[in-house]
Amino acid sequence: MKTRVALLGTAAAIVMAPAMALADRERGSSGHLNIIYWQAVSTMNPYLSGGTKEMNAASVVLEPLARFDNLGELTPWLVDEIPTLDNGGVAEDLKSITWTLTEGLLWSDGSPVTSADVVFSYEYCTHPEGGCSYRDRFAGIDRVEAVDDLTVTVYFEDVTPNPYLPFVGAGSVIIQQEQFQDCLGARAPECTDANFAPIGTGPYVVSSFRPNDVIEFVANENYRVPTQPYFETITWAGGGDANGAARAVFQTGEMDYAWNLQLAPEVIEQMEAGGMGELLVDFGPLMERIELNFTDVSPDLPPDERGTRAHPHPILSDIRVREALSRAIDRELLTEIGFGPMGMATCNFIVAPPAMASPNNDNCLVQDIDRANELLDEAGWERGPDGIRVKDGERLELLFQTSTNAVRQDFQALIQADWREIGVETRLRNIDAGVFFGSDPGSNDTYLKFFADAQMYASLFEGTDPTPHLEQRRCGREPQPSTQWQGQNINRYCNEEYDELWAELNREPDPDRRQELVIALNDMFVQDYAHLPLVARGRVSAASTTVGGIVMNVWDSEHWNQAEWYRIEE
Amino acid sequence: MLSYTLRRLAFAIPTVLVISLIVFLMLDMAPGDPTGSLPLTIPLEVREQIRQSLGLGDPVMVRYFKWLYMMCFIEPMHILAGVTGWDIAPDGPRILSWQTRSPVGDILVQRVPQTLWVVGMGYLFGILIALPIGVISAYRQYSWFDQVGTFVSMIGFSVPTFFTGVVFILVFSVWLGWFPSMYDTTHNVTNWDSFLFQVRQIAMPVAVLALFNASQISRFMRASMLDNLNQDYVRTARAKGLGEKTVVLVHVLRNSMIPVVTVIAIGIPTVFTGAIITEQIFRVNGLGDALIRAIYVSDWPMVQTITFIFAILIVLFNLIADVLYGILDPRIRYD
Repeated sequence: MKTRVALLGTAAAIVMAPAMALADRERGSSGHLNIIYWQAVSTMNPYLSGGTKEMNAASVVLEPLARFDNLGELTPWLVDEIPTLDNGGVAEDLKSITWTLTEGLLWSDGSPVTSADVVFSYEYCTHPEGGCSYRDRFAGIDRVEAVDDLTVTVYFEDVTPNPYLPFVGAGSVIIQQEQFQDCLGARAPECTDANFAPIGTGPYVVSSFRPNDVIEFVANENYRVPTQPYFETITWAGGGDANGAARAVFQTGEMDYAWNLQLAPEVIEQMEAGGMGELLVDFGPLMERIELNFTDVSPDLPPDERGTRAHPHPILSDIRVREALSRAIDRELLTEIGFGPMGMATCNFIVAPPAMASPNNDNCLVQDIDRANELLDEAGWERGPDGIRVKDGERLELLFQTSTNAVRQDFQALIQADWREIGVETRLRNIDAGVFFGSDPGSNDTYLKFFADAQMYASLFEGTDPTPHLEQRRCGREPQPSTQWQGQNINRYCNEEYDELWAELNREPDPDRRQELVIALNDMFVQDYAHLPLVARGRVSAASTTVGGIVMNVWDSEHWNQAEWYRIEE
Repeated sequence: MLSYTLRRLAFAIPTVLVISLIVFLMLDMAPGDPTGSLPLTIPLEVREQIRQSLGLGDPVMVRYFKWLYMMCFIEPMHILAGVTGWDIAPDGPRILSWQTRSPVGDILVQRVPQTLWVVGMGYLFGILIALPIGVISAYRQYSWFDQVGTFVSMIGFSVPTFFTGVVFILVFSVWLGWFPSMYDTTHNVTNWDSFLFQVRQIAMPVAVLALFNASQISRFMRASMLDNLNQDYVRTARAKGLGEKTVVLVHVLRNSMIPVVTVIAIGIPTVFTGAIITEQIFRVNGLGDALIRAIYVSDWPMVQTITFIFAILIVLFNLIADVLYGILDPRIRYD
């Protein structure tokens, strides 16, 4: 498949881009850029939305103190250096971090950026009535204090080995106190003008905003790099569908950049033949997986015990059955059919950043029906007359649910066939995504309640630190009646060893040791077959061949270096 | 006639209110969660806070009456203030969309012009094409013109717009490059060139909708003409020695128009509801597009408001159709 995978091209682009770029490019010299988001942007205030599309659009206006570059490395953004233990920015007791803003930073309206704005951003998002979507970025903070005009210290309630969550990344941006000071808490949605055209420090300023339709940006005159941004204006169109967006970049050339093209691989390949655009793919922590339920969800159980650890799953509690189910799946085939160049088969729970991905589990990549059959034989499941295995009069029958989505239904059918081959009967069910991923405790169809034996969905974590993601699988973190079915230990996994290892990770400040611990936790989890990883999914966008400087970034907004994009002159 | 109209109008108010209550309750009972479309990285406690901040903590009837008050009083005043520039907009909360956290009324005001232009033109051209085709097809029944007309309208009728739309884009945008495949809503018509661009970008969606509308209306027109052509009064007119042109275009056409006019009037609300699919294919950001996207992300205030407006329009245009019927046909009197 002759697809240019940006992951590999990125390194080359970084090396080559500055050499070519420095010719005589200045602010606005590249003219106009057209971006299409087929899911239109609803607001420019990421704190009020939580959606990736809003975060991306806002990232060209609003910026954090530091962000992740395309390799997942922390990069100073509105500060001169990243505070660390070595330079004294992070306190010895790991309970505070002190950031110092770059001198001379200006908001787009010309006023200076001060530490008060940083403190205000914290207050805005943590207001109890505000419903801020990135509230968890500021969890565990005792207080945020301005030391002087440019210095701000974040005090944590507890020892925090990873203090780089607040004010880091596109979801944790600095907003202007003067603009938002009357918009705290319940009044946040009333400030429509501010929410639609926030004043920021980024390379662009909103010149007009139509919700769910189109945004127009012009270059920020007060941007800190005098020669940037290269594009004078941007039209950020929204609406249509993924097909239309891809067509506009690849075939008609009306658009320069299209976001999130989750299309069938053959459609992408055919459109790419138009030759006007290039597919950009990079892999982050997003992974499609099957969760296997450790609890009995039989409807005969009383409602407050159904799907809780009080009743272990009658079939899946046996690790041999879980392993057999994993071995029977042909992950390479699934990837090729469902995602093509936009996916990679995987056997890991933590698939990225590359340094944290375990090298120890690749044996699941090859389908092994014989081994799967052996395992089920060992476990005492014997083939019945119709080929389905039976043990103690009970058939090996599983209910497998997922959200309604063409690729997921293909996957379900293929996996059903794979499992059929080893004598497992699978009943399939698909549920509307809005219901499945909703968290209404009254609905029995959410992925949280998981009233099925197996379910498939994709999940990921924010930033480059998987600690909170690993934390979700601790005992007691499972959705249960006493927590109104809230919790992220979806498969109800419980392993004391795992919990102890996680506690160690949570105390460990040394990066190398942390990496080892992450890999150890990952291996423990997947080697328990608690969860069947399938495909690591890439972030997919498309760019016109006439636009240069784009560096795909899965760790932050795709538009993190928007100021450096330029038009390639013929 | 006037008292009939007033009576009908008075009766329409409870109808619309009942519709609004049913829509509200149905959406409230519908599964789906406004935080369901957010990325899974957002923790559940935060989702709960978001739901609270959207006002989902109140009982359903409280939310209904709040919404009804805002819908019937506050939003119209804001729209009136926006249109006239008068300072009459009342303070206080407005209906907020859950996706954008901004007033639904403002979004609708932005959306209506696109829908009226694109879908309205599609309807208008549809009518203009349909009437002559219907008349000629009926007058020359079973001629080659009638056969071709029947064939084309059957195609227009049975091939869905999401298919014709994509075919049009492939042929005229991708292969021939005549028209843009995406509608640019920021485009302003200021001079001849920009007007031509507007015509080019509007051409394809209008053509798709016109084909669909023309197919329907031309069938009605043809059937109605055929009914009338065999009537006794036509024979009488011809016997009196009137020219064929006068017989067909004055006597028969006017009588045949009676049912067609009502069909056209009843169809007008669909102009406002927008052609959801066509708008999405051509990226026309109209009302239909706003509705379908709001449904996808469970933005109930937006869905409620748009459906309520549609309900009003449908009730209103049904009334207009009835009244028009009375005006056009002297045999029908309601009093």
